[in-house]
Amino acid sequence: MTASSMPFVLELVISLFLVAGALFALIGSIGLARLRDFFMRLHGPTKASTLGLGCLLIGSLLYFSFQRGGLSVHEAIVTVFLFVTAPVSAHMMAKAALFRGVDKGGPSRNYPDR
Amino acid sequence: MIEWAVNLAITVFAIAILLNLYRLAIGPDIVDRILALDTLMINSIALIVLFDIRLSLGILFEAAMLIALMGFVGTVAMTKYLLRGDVIE
Repeated sequence: MTASSMPFVLELVISLFLVAGALFALIGSIGLARLRDFFMRLHGPTKASTLGLGCLLIGSLLYFSFQRGGLSVHEAIVTVFLFVTAPVSAHMMAKAALFRGVDKGGPSRNYPDR
Repeated sequence: MIEWAVNLAITVFAIAILLNLYRLAIGPDIVDRILALDTLMINSIALIVLFDIRLSLGILFEAAMLIALMGFVGTVAMTKYLLRGDVIE
């Protein structure tokens, strides 16, 4: 860690991105572990984890761009790939769950008052 | 300060991975387990990126890219198998 050569503001921004990404991913995983049925559980990871990993990879991009001198786009490739593929896999999982007819307990029955 | 933030983020992602493993163990249906594996893939990518920053290597993004590719292909293959009874028709 050659953090001593970095300006304080950049260090602060990178740390904020890393901690924010970690908190988003933790919220998504708590949603995955605690929500009641599959269609509610699908919301947590596919939104929060993608946002969390986006924040984390932006922090990593800033860190390596400053450390190496010049723009480091490798992390951006991973970010773009995940942003493209996460909705596709979530859609496929929702389709598979509908096809299998998983248990819809609670508010995801399309009848809010039941 | 970055070192502190990286250590905190590694701890938080370890807790998130434990929660995913809990859902992977108790998931009532197969699609729950597929979703848990997908989230586990995303969290392990984050851990690899964090270790990359912590060790200051700058070469582990290729491992992250490979895990992202294989995880996506695996998720699509498993859901395709559930939907159609076959992966490649």
